[in-house]
Parts: sequence; C-alpha cells; structure tokens
Amino acid sequence: MIRFEELTATAGAVTLLDRLSLTIAAGPPTVVIGPNGAGKTTLLRIAMGLLQPTSGRIVRAGDPRRAIVFQRPTMLRRTTAANVRYASFGADRTRELLALVGLEHAADRAARRLSSGEQQRLALARALAREPAILFLDEPTASLDPASTKAMEDVIRTVSQRGIKVVMSTHDLGEARRLAGEVVLLHRGRLVEAAAAACFFDAPGTAEARKFIAGELLV
Amino acid sequence: MPENLSALDLVLTGDPALFAIVRLALIVSLSAVLLAALVGVPLGAAIALSSFRGRDAVIVFLNAMMGLPPVVIGLMVYLALSRSGPLGSWGLLFTPQAMVIAQTILVTPIIAALARQTIEDLWLEYRDELTAMEVGPLRRLATLVWDARFSLITALLAGFGRAAAEVGAVIIVGGNIEGFTRTMTTAIALETSKGNLPLAIGLGLVLIAIVLAVNALAWALRRAAERLAG
Repeated sequence: MIRFEELTATAGAVTLLDRLSLTIAAGPPTVVIGPNGAGKTTLLRIAMGLLQPTSGRIVRAGDPRRAIVFQRPTMLRRTTAANVRYASFGADRTRELLALVGLEHAADRAARRLSSGEQQRLALARALAREPAILFLDEPTASLDPASTKAMEDVIRTVSQRGIKVVMSTHDLGEARRLAGEVVLLHRGRLVEAAAAACFFDAPGTAEARKFIAGELLV
Repeated sequence: MPENLSALDLVLTGDPALFAIVRLALIVSLSAVLLAALVGVPLGAAIALSSFRGRDAVIVFLNAMMGLPPVVIGLMVYLALSRSGPLGSWGLLFTPQAMVIAQTILVTPIIAALARQTIEDLWLEYRDELTAMEVGPLRRLATLVWDARFSLITALLAGFGRAAAEVGAVIIVGGNIEGFTRTMTTAIALETSKGNLPLAIGLGLVLIAIVLAVNALAWALRRAAERLAG
C-alpha cells in the first residue's frame, strides 16, 4: 500500500529519521513502537504528507485516501456532530460514525467540552468520515485512562476488521501486543526491526528489540 | 448636581433633540463598523493565511494604522470630498455619508489587525487538522472566520468603541450641523463649549450606557454561543 525508500528527515542538526526503508501492506494493524524520540510521529506525519522528508522516496500504490488522528487532536469550535460532518467525504455518515465510537449521546454537545477520551474517539470518528483506506493513529491512547483506552482499542479493532489499514504508533507494549498484526520498532530514527507481532514478541531478532521488550531501551 | 438632574431629566423624558443626535450617532458608527467588518475581516484573514514577501511590513503597517489620529483621517477625507478634491463631484462633504466614510477608514485597520491576529492564532491550532483533511484555501478561510466568530466580536467591539468615541473625524467631515450631522461626541464638545452642560452630560450618560449595553450584549452572546459550540 505504501513504501518508504531510504527516508531521511532532519530538523536542523537533529536526524529524525535515518535512511528508513519500510513497506506497509494491507492487513491487520501495523504498530510502530519505540522509545520517545524514536521517530514514530515523524514517520506518520511524512506518511500523511504533513511533513516533507529531507531525502528518500514514498511510493503509494494507487494513492489511497489517508486520514490521521493526532496524539492531541484539535476539536473544531463546533458541536460533536458538526465536527464529523465537517470532515465527511461523500455521504453524511455522522450518526453511524458517532454510534461506532459511542458518542451518539453527545452529538449536540460542544466538542471542546468533551473529556479527553471522548475527544480522542471523536477525532477517530472524524478521521473515519474521510473514508480512508489507511488510518494513521499517533499514540491515540497516550493520555487516556484505562476505560477510555479500552474503548478506543475496541473501535480500532472494529475499524481494522472493516478493512481499513490501521498504522498506529505507541510506546505502550501492552497495547502493541493487543492490537498489532505487524510490529515496527524504531530507535533514534532507524528501523530496528519489522516483523509479525507474534514473531516480534516471542523471538525478537535484534538486541535492541529484546532490550525494548524488557523495558531497558529508554531513549 | 442640579445640572446632573437636568441631564437625567433629558434622558428619562426622551428629549427629541437628544435622541435624534443619539440615533444619528448610532447609525453612523454602526454603519462604519459594518462596512469596516466587511473589508477588515477578509483582509485580516487573507493576511493571516498567506505568506508573501513584505508580510511582516504589512502587519506592522496595519498595526500602526490602529493608532491613526481621527483628525488626520478627517482631514484626508475632507480633502478628498471637498469641491476641489478628487471625489468632490459626489457632493458628500458635510453629510452623514461622509462621516461613515471617515469612520470606516478609521475602524477598518482596527478590525483587520485584530482579525489577523485572532485568525492566525486559530490557524496555528487548526493547521494540522485542516491540512490532514485536505481542506482547500477558500474553505479553510471560511472555516477559520466562522470558528473565530466569537473572538472576532471583540474586534468589532473595539471598532465600535473607536467609532462611537471619536470626535475629530466626524466634526471635520460632518461639520456638526444641527439635526443633520450632529452626533453625540460632536454635540458634547459643542454644548460643553457653549456652557450647556445638562445636554452635554445627558449625551455623555447615553453614550456610556450604549457602550456598556453593546459590550454586555456581546459578552452574553459569546458566553451563550461558547456553551453551545465550544
């Protein structure tokens, strides 16, 4: 679906991504993991077209429609329903999408007055209104309580089962185990390992992956 | 004190001369704010969303224009509308229309500069989301103006405050003609100079009451709207 070839991104003297090559194919969720500063957000922003790489190439087969949920999504100063309606591509699926994320009761409330968990689910509904083939989620549960995290993960599973390719970043290994079909480990802007989830967690192929799983790869 | 009581009497009894002045002043100031908003908000939004060489200089110029002395504006409009001026054939000098033109020129930079700042701040907040949604330039502009509408009320209020309070421009281009171009501020200046303090104080009370009422209404509107739309 999308292939990164020798992708490098820099900001001043700092290298955010270092000659990263990776192919993301259709199928179950791809979960990008790594410690803080590994380059997860940079990779997703480049994949979305929000950031230009310094060098390298991105090949998108058929230019699939993309959408993203940011770690701290911005709610438009409108109601919950109006936020989804604003992003709608084609037919208005506002009611269906609000039901999917469990927010039909809050349709007429000001979006900015929702809780963090509700705002995150609204951002997901809004992204789905774009009818994407690939959905990028940047640490979608990073600031959520356990109940909100579970609600978010349930929706992500449903979305994935409906055939939308989910590519999400997280630094939560538990979440990666629960959701990932494929795991991509980044460290200091480099691709360390990309493997099927079961394979990655049962038999990590690199010392860095073993250290990360053991909680010893902090930065 | 007796003067204050007389002033209050004029207000409470609905003195026709006083309310004719109030009516004209409101028509002139509100028309100027409306016209300035039609120009200033899109202009501010366009500057907020565009990048071009000299943008910083334009912003500095716009901000500086907020402090334009009303008498200078009055003089410029007077020269333009006077019989020998480029727009002299319009025959607008010493008419309420001339006063609206002068106040519009005075208020437009205030609304444009405040709108530019408000919309630019909101754009920084919305940029990633709207870019990710592939929102085009025109829809982006409309979205930002619409979502900033409650903050933009503050810009309109600042413009109205400036228009309602100024005396220099309207007295030059309006001429302070009784029953035709006499507004609250020009009448206050004239009546004070004549020693007719009850009317001057009465007009002052009305002017303060109007400014308070407009601000209270805008505040209530903003609070109610924020509850509904965030």
